[in-house]
Amino acid sequence: MSGTVIVSIKGLTRSFGDVRAVAGVDLDIYEGEFITLLGPSGSGKTTVLRMIAGFEKPDSGSIELAGKDVSQLPPYERDVNTVFQDYALFPHMNVISNIEYGLKVKGVAKHECNARAVEALKQVRLEGYGERKPSQLSGGQRQRVALARALVNRPSVLLLDEPLGALDLKLREQMQIELKELQRAVGITFIFVTHDQEEALTMSDRIAVFNNGRIEQLGSPREIYANPVSAFVSEFVGQTNRISIESVRINIRPEAITVSKSQTSGNRSLQGTLRDVIFVGATTRYLVDTSCGTVISVVPVGELKIGDAVTVSWEKEKEFLVH
Amino acid sequence: MTISRNARLLLASLLGVGLAFIYVPLSVVIINSFNASKTFSWPPSQFTTMWWSKAIENTGVREALKWSVLAGLSATAIALILGTCLAFAVSRYQFFGREVISLLVVLPISLPGVVTGIALNNAFTKQLGMSTGLLTVVIGHATFCIVIVYNNAIARLRRMGTSLQEASMDLGANGITTFRLITLPNLASALFAGGLLAFGLSFDEIVVTTFTAGPGIQTLPIWIYNNLFRPNQAPIVNVVAATLVVLSIVPIYLSQRLSQDTTTGGRF
Repeated sequence: MSGTVIVSIKGLTRSFGDVRAVAGVDLDIYEGEFITLLGPSGSGKTTVLRMIAGFEKPDSGSIELAGKDVSQLPPYERDVNTVFQDYALFPHMNVISNIEYGLKVKGVAKHECNARAVEALKQVRLEGYGERKPSQLSGGQRQRVALARALVNRPSVLLLDEPLGALDLKLREQMQIELKELQRAVGITFIFVTHDQEEALTMSDRIAVFNNGRIEQLGSPREIYANPVSAFVSEFVGQTNRISIESVRINIRPEAITVSKSQTSGNRSLQGTLRDVIFVGATTRYLVDTSCGTVISVVPVGELKIGDAVTVSWEKEKEFLVH
Repeated sequence: MTISRNARLLLASLLGVGLAFIYVPLSVVIINSFNASKTFSWPPSQFTTMWWSKAIENTGVREALKWSVLAGLSATAIALILGTCLAFAVSRYQFFGREVISLLVVLPISLPGVVTGIALNNAFTKQLGMSTGLLTVVIGHATFCIVIVYNNAIARLRRMGTSLQEASMDLGANGITTFRLITLPNLASALFAGGLLAFGLSFDEIVVTTFTAGPGIQTLPIWIYNNLFRPNQAPIVNVVAATLVVLSIVPIYLSQRLSQDTTTGGRF
């Protein structure tokens, strides 16, 4: 990944009382990319986002936006906008006034405010909803208004704080695709915070995996999934088997393991009994009890019945060693 | 929940008895203010508005009404400003002794009025060397009016959370603009409801008023008290009492309606 660095974070730390929420984060974010800060709750991802927005001041370190240190500036002097987890739409204003708000307080002429707000509303496919109050909208519609309200200001960076968390699964998947398309269309840098690894893999150009206030791994979704640098990353991103074998702990993805009655494919194998077969839609999981614990595979060979004596096998090169 | 027919009848009649205890005497006061008989023979023999016109012409009553309104408005104004500031401080900032301050602000409403009254009277006349008058009444009333405004404001601020303010600042508005365009409009209905209640409380307060008003000032409740045992004045006392009932009920009714409206939408 290359290009112009738009956000440059160096040595960022922040504590709340005794808790070190952010414990030294360095991160360069490029213009026009979709980057996801992924991690469990309490891993520091949201605090980093809030420091970029200006809602929290760092204890130490710097945040440069387009080459200028903004870490001590208030939110209203930064060229970034935020889509909040609870949307934070102004309840006493209708949709169009909500969207116009940012332009209005910056002194943009009235007719231009309106024209741009109408255009932004169209961009999120909510034409004709301008007169409604936020309380008259569904969750998905509020989400779109929040997006339009932020994007209408044409910020150089858009910050999204778990914006899909409150939506149901179906709508969430649809919004993931729409968000990605919208980001390509407007070409603005998106910094997206989530704890949902699937969401991160679906949408991002790059993912920064957070753990204990630090970035544990930074890379493309494919790199993170295929080459996790640590046990934490391999367990947090995607499904993984944890197996102790020859007194070494290894992690191995279910799709790297073949399960069969006789055949072995790969230079590592274990004997076991097929305990259960779980159908989960696109794939079927085969749970095999072995001397090293339960192993999950999604690659069966031949007809298999619960109770069969089977062999699970894989290529040693596909294992991640756990230190 | 389903209850049997008999139980429902019993509950309904108990409710009826309870409400009757409160509202029948009040209704009698209002009806008697239109009763032509000077001795209030029951049932009323004739309808008259004579007592009302006499009350309106009575200078003592008009003076008392003036003082009541003046004291109520001033105390409410003070309570609105101080109560809102306190609510902001307690709900938005962390500081040493925050919980204690919160308790100290709310405490006066539970103190016996006679204690507050004597304490204030003592402080004003002995320690500060002030003479009692409108100002002392207003300060006395403000002590409990603040509680009402503070409670209303802090409940609303807590429910609002901080994300609306953050969103406003994120969109380019500074602190003052954010307060004007976002915080205040969302707080307004709570403040209005609190203000109405505070005014209602001040308007019919008698105990603290007794100790803080000098001889020159008679609010409506004090006027009633002073004229209660003068047989000549009885019809007019009825009129004043009826007025007090109505003027106290209206603000409370309005503020309840407002609080209901705003629990869902925050619109006013």
